Amino acid sequence: MTISESRRTFLKATAAAATASTAGLSLTPGPADAQVGGPDIRWDKAPCRFCGTGCTVLVGTKDGRVVATQGDPQAEVNRGLNCVKGYFLSKIMYGKDRLTQPLLRMRDGEYAKDGDFEPISWDQAFDIMAEKWKETLSSKGPEGVGMFGSGQWTVWEGYAASKLMKAGFRSNNIDPNARHCMASAVMGFMRSFGVDEPMGCYDDLEAADTFVLWGSNMAEMHPILWSRLTDTRLTKKDCQVHVLSTFEHRSFELADNGMVFTPQTDLAILNYIANHIIQTGSVDEEFLSKHVNITKTAQDIGYGLRDEHPLQLAAANPNSGELTPISFNEYAESVKPYTLDYTAELSGVPAEKLEKLAQQYADPDRKVMSLWTMGFNQHTRGSWVNSLMYNVHLLTGKISEPGNSPFSLTGQPSACGTAREVGTFAHRLPADYVVTNPEHRAKAEKIWKLPEGTIPDKVGFHAVQQNRMLNDGVLNAYWVQCNNNMQAAPNMNEEGWPGYRNPDNFVTVSDPYPTVTAMSADLILPTAMWVEKEGCYGNAERRTQMWRQQVHAPGEAKSDLWQLMEFSKRFTVEEAWGEDFVATAPDMAGKTLYDVLFNNGNVDKFPLSEIQHGHPNDDANHFGFYVQKGLFEEYAEFGRGHGHDLAPFERYHEERGLRWPVVDGKETRWRYREGHDPYVEAGSELQFYGFPDKKAKIIFAPYEAPPEVPDEEYDLWFCTGRVLEHWHSGSMTRRVPELHRSFPLAVLYMHPDDVADRDLRHGQEIKIKTRRGEVTSRIMTKGRNKVPRGLVFMPWFDEGQLTNKLTLDATCPLSKQTDFKKCACKVERA
Amino acid sequence: MKKTIVLVAALLTALGSITLAQELRDLRGTPPDAPSVVNMSLQWEGREGRMVRNYRQQPPLIPHSITQYQIDLRTNQCLSCHDWTKAGERNAPTLSMTHYLDREGNELDHIAGTRYFCNQCHVPQADTPPLVENVFVPSHGN
Repeated sequence: MTISESRRTFLKATAAAATASTAGLSLTPGPADAQVGGPDIRWDKAPCRFCGTGCTVLVGTKDGRVVATQGDPQAEVNRGLNCVKGYFLSKIMYGKDRLTQPLLRMRDGEYAKDGDFEPISWDQAFDIMAEKWKETLSSKGPEGVGMFGSGQWTVWEGYAASKLMKAGFRSNNIDPNARHCMASAVMGFMRSFGVDEPMGCYDDLEAADTFVLWGSNMAEMHPILWSRLTDTRLTKKDCQVHVLSTFEHRSFELADNGMVFTPQTDLAILNYIANHIIQTGSVDEEFLSKHVNITKTAQDIGYGLRDEHPLQLAAANPNSGELTPISFNEYAESVKPYTLDYTAELSGVPAEKLEKLAQQYADPDRKVMSLWTMGFNQHTRGSWVNSLMYNVHLLTGKISEPGNSPFSLTGQPSACGTAREVGTFAHRLPADYVVTNPEHRAKAEKIWKLPEGTIPDKVGFHAVQQNRMLNDGVLNAYWVQCNNNMQAAPNMNEEGWPGYRNPDNFVTVSDPYPTVTAMSADLILPTAMWVEKEGCYGNAERRTQMWRQQVHAPGEAKSDLWQLMEFSKRFTVEEAWGEDFVATAPDMAGKTLYDVLFNNGNVDKFPLSEIQHGHPNDDANHFGFYVQKGLFEEYAEFGRGHGHDLAPFERYHEERGLRWPVVDGKETRWRYREGHDPYVEAGSELQFYGFPDKKAKIIFAPYEAPPEVPDEEYDLWFCTGRVLEHWHSGSMTRRVPELHRSFPLAVLYMHPDDVADRDLRHGQEIKIKTRRGEVTSRIMTKGRNKVPRGLVFMPWFDEGQLTNKLTLDATCPLSKQTDFKKCACKVERA
Repeated sequence: MKKTIVLVAALLTALGSITLAQELRDLRGTPPDAPSVVNMSLQWEGREGRMVRNYRQQPPLIPHSITQYQIDLRTNQCLSCHDWTKAGERNAPTLSMTHYLDREGNELDHIAGTRYFCNQCHVPQADTPPLVENVFVPSHGN
């Protein structure tokens, strides 16, 4: 439904609440009505293209172009507010350098790895791409092909990609850039609760008494959630905000208790809080005995580096996530060494500040919301630290109820909805199913109507491993969609760049713009973005949201979905699966991957007549059926009755999103809690039903040092991150002149004394060097970030500087997520 | 008038794709493995004079420096000129009246908590050209 003026007038005239509800529009008169404007602009809802907050905007379209955007007053998440990026969404599609034709590296009319990009047709593009993929499939098998996707894919794009790779090419070498962003959060949820994603929701931002930020700069990274938190802090009596980080940033402006700690010591601080809770008799013993099992995790597990790296060889239990049950007393003994004095000494945080923080968790009368993002997740002990956070909430029973909420925030708009829920990871299937479980594979094969054994049981290459395997020439045919991984992935000099440019490899990159990643590819496919297609995203509070296509993509640009499905037409099952496997399923013989994956009676089930009248839907019209609905309904089958229930497709076009599980038409705000979550049995109060015994896990893990620490030569901590005005790699925001001018280049934030010690000055051009490379930048000693002595901070949005030439590709050994927050560098005159 | 805008927009798009095929480049301008390029000084907040909005719903850009401004639990210096109680005597634009409505839509005499940190939406502008032209065309009919 479109909020067109004529429709609005009609609705107002009839004043029929039922009609308004069908249309999905709450037409309460208010300031919004005054803003929704002229008769020739069509306004319609869409989720913001940027972060995981999932604000809804109203998109104004006129004469086939987006002419304005505004915050949607009817959206529960943002109630009419946007951040500066959201207010400029209308410009992100209109950078003059939009790609409009496929481009191939060529010399003398032929593909050449070292050739120059020349325009070709889509037919030619898929010809050469299919040729390279077939060559690889026949010489290397399914392990030689791979895909790198995104938490910015729509739900159906991620689903189609995952299906194409896992069932089509029978390769689990598909991973999303969400691996860089929240894989540790996923691992934390799965290990502690057996189900992914937060139990609470954004309503906790109004319900809590104390907010604690752990490695999250919400003021810049989740501005609209920060505005809700700020409102609560400024209007609720005795509300407190505690902020922990390795440097002082904008979120400290609201802090009652701001704490700068030595990198990695968050592990110790969380164990100190657990110890404090136990020592002060603040454990909720009844909760603990009814709802929690206590375990410890294997220690000395390495750093996710290449197997031959000395640090990996030195580890006692490399990559082990083994859990051992322990008693409460053993647990209490394990956290006992983390005394206030020891932790204050190790972390550098004054003891009184730590104690004030611990008291918030221990006090039974205070509702505490803990929030975290990349500080926890991009951590070589990321999976551990996520669970240490849950330990504290489980000890006190402060969980799964309004205001008591350990809340993992998300970076990308559909990191939850697509990357996690659809399961576009190398080990996952939809709805928390995994490729290593035969029952889960069988379930997927049944829903997909494919032969038993189609999906391989071996975990594929994760993000960092993909770059290593490209570099080693193991992964040869590779497709990157909807992300800018040359700029985003760690250790570009030693892994990413040599991997893409390895002459054995053919790399395809789909993007709307000529990013660094696109320019590093062999074939570039021009891609439709955001409201140039019908889409669906899922935000950090389990809210699934949809939008209609508003405008057409420029030139020959096509959606990722179109590209995936068209490419599947180029392969027979014999070519993709091999003759031997097809022999086990003779009814599949001679069919194309398109036939078996998308023309399967599910995906092509819904006719074009169901598409919303008055809106373009280029993908559906091309394929001849309502492809988005078919994919969504097939996908939803995985989660219904399994704790991940989604509403019927149409409902999402009517609502400003719904938080799953949606059972009997009702969304769920607090999972695991009786009265809120329909999966909890009557009379049980609370059930962590992700595990068979319906109990959550406390997982003890100790402090362990990071892999690379400052020494005499590389004498500074190097920490990377983001700024408010730019979204991730800046491929969209840097093409909006107002956003570019608000933060025109990356700088190195450095302590004035560290600058003076090196005989440097503010504003000076300098070289930042690590063991992996060097980057030129400028010194910033003022402004929004105040770093302590011994640490420098650099945002990575600037394509001119490519921060990730410097970072180390050490990961959490369990989640395989890179630690972009800690390595060692030195700073010198340029 | 409308037709002219559409025509100009279409032309710009067409020109854009021709240019692109001829000179494909990223925002970096040098190969990824070449040394990084810093061709700018730290020229934040150089642009002065009130700037026209692209569309009515766009937050106004800040035409002056805010480097020294304090916005925290203790004070918000922006409000000392832009709050409705001060704007007249300071000859500064008053906050939009939307900023005096809380999340529930109640009218307030002071700025809403949700709007307290001005720089989430309002940003100053460096006096520097765009990295690449943006061919967005506003509509003034709304």
